[in-house]
Amino acid sequence: MATVEELKLRVRELENELIKCKQKQCAMEDALHRPKIDKMSAEVVDSNPYSRLMALKRMGIVDDYEKIRTFTVAVVGVGGVGSVTAEMLTRCGIGKLLLFDYDKVELANMNRLFFQPHQAGLSKVEAAEHTLRNINPDVSFETHNYNITTMENFTHFMDRISHGGLEEGMPVDLVLSCVDNFEARMAINTACNELGQIWMESGVSENAVSGHIQLIIPGETACFACAPPLVVAANIDEKTLKREGVCAASLPTTMGVVAGILVQNVLKYLLKFGTVSYYLGYNAMQDFFPTMAMKANPQCNDHHCRRQQEEYKKKEAERPKVEVVVEEEEVVHEDNEWGIELVSEVTDAELQAATGIVPDLPEGITVAYTIPAEDTAHGETVEETEQSLEELMAQMRKIVQRSQVVEGLSAVWVIGTEHTLTHLQRAGQKNLGCTGESKEIDTRSY
Amino acid sequence: MADEATRRAVSQIPLLKTHAGPRDRALWPQRLKEEYQALIRFVEQNKAADNDWFRLESNADGTRWTGTCWFIHELLRYEFRLEFDIPVTYPDTAPEVAVPELDGKTAKMYRGGKICLTEHFAPLWARNAPRFGLAHLMALGLGPWLAVEIPDLIGKGLVIHKERQRDAAAE
Repeated sequence: MATVEELKLRVRELENELIKCKQKQCAMEDALHRPKIDKMSAEVVDSNPYSRLMALKRMGIVDDYEKIRTFTVAVVGVGGVGSVTAEMLTRCGIGKLLLFDYDKVELANMNRLFFQPHQAGLSKVEAAEHTLRNINPDVSFETHNYNITTMENFTHFMDRISHGGLEEGMPVDLVLSCVDNFEARMAINTACNELGQIWMESGVSENAVSGHIQLIIPGETACFACAPPLVVAANIDEKTLKREGVCAASLPTTMGVVAGILVQNVLKYLLKFGTVSYYLGYNAMQDFFPTMAMKANPQCNDHHCRRQQEEYKKKEAERPKVEVVVEEEEVVHEDNEWGIELVSEVTDAELQAATGIVPDLPEGITVAYTIPAEDTAHGETVEETEQSLEELMAQMRKIVQRSQVVEGLSAVWVIGTEHTLTHLQRAGQKNLGCTGESKEIDTRSY
Repeated sequence: MADEATRRAVSQIPLLKTHAGPRDRALWPQRLKEEYQALIRFVEQNKAADNDWFRLESNADGTRWTGTCWFIHELLRYEFRLEFDIPVTYPDTAPEVAVPELDGKTAKMYRGGKICLTEHFAPLWARNAPRFGLAHLMALGLGPWLAVEIPDLIGKGLVIHKERQRDAAAE
């Protein structure tokens, strides 16, 4: 039997060994890491990670590619779309990335790209930062592992959007929404409307076969609250869509495509090349990509959106009118034996119609649901009360205590409850979720 | 469409009047009062109809809610803890109700035990915002979810009655 002293010695030995191992591992990792690069080089050599990107300048696609290093992008949601988005921006050499996500990596995420099984259990932002830093040490990272929709975190989130730029204190250049739920999108929308922050929204449908991206310039283009959520019609009969026992499906392909068109739009917007899309949908079933632009809704529910619209109107009025003469180079092919012509899917007239207050949506895009025009709800509302909030809270708590007394008499009570609950149960099995006609308000297409 | 009993229950919950979320310092206390009034009325109605099935209470500023809900199946009572935060965008968006102890037991749930509501719920909430409150969330969101999921989970043996569990452990 070893003495305590002997065991203590053994522990010390093992601790030293562990330190040595750790040092060795760090040295090995350091050897794999390339040093930071001060200035992007256009030199075409195997060792230059930016040579193919800088080639975009030589080819006349981008005027000033190095400018990418001055930009900061916030990615909210580091899941199937967000992680790939962050990786693409990292590889492109973005200046700074802010990552927001409250979730952990799970094995159930492995049907998507980016994360690896050994990262299961780590927070998504932590795992992502580690991988991304290895890919490109020139990028600055800032990660926040929290849910942005709660009061406390939301205040911090707003602060980082407005002060978390590459140069501390400056706002970020762009916010990307890669979240998977309505609440988080509305939270980002609220923050960006309040701050006047330009952002891009992205999404993949729950059936995994359609997606979209959308550029939102507060006051100018429709915000997320200006219209009911837009959906890309997948042309699937809802009745044949089985939802038994599942919440959502996902495909690495659709998510990769959406991340790709999102980052493409980001690059075009930041580096000023090509045409930046206001809305681009992806219907994977028919391989159809509807596009459109939608103006902000003067009756938007979000008062900060309406304020931004006023400011935008003022700015537009002050701006001197400049006649822009665009000289279009006509592409002429030597011959066109088969008479092939390109026909735009969206005509100017259609685009015009789509930018009105009432979103007359182009083929392939619909709203998830409609909202009644007028508040015509009739029904009893809560009465004025003399009671204070504290009194009401206490009253609610008192009912709890009474119920515990009732529990003692459970036999009779239980039978009654069983009976009434079967109603609920039956309703639930029919996918209940509507109040019924009494409260259903006349709906109208926006 | 909801059945007659649910429809009647929901139509008896008073609608709320104040459009204010937790970031609205001036109006949120008023909204909170209305939430409590509607909840108290709903619970009392449930008791009167012999269909009492949940309790809820909040922290002082009304941003975090906790409580219990219970479900009777074959004369046995199954009770679950429930919790949710009021999102900054409330009441334009509904809170995400979580039943943490069922996390990982059903596919009709997001991580953290947040229940996955039917596709009808979000449109219904949006159409009736800001007049719907937490009582409506319970009646149209959690209630129907429990009615479908709990019997199924019991059937699969994933939810076991606490006393039976104790008996099994004693044997």
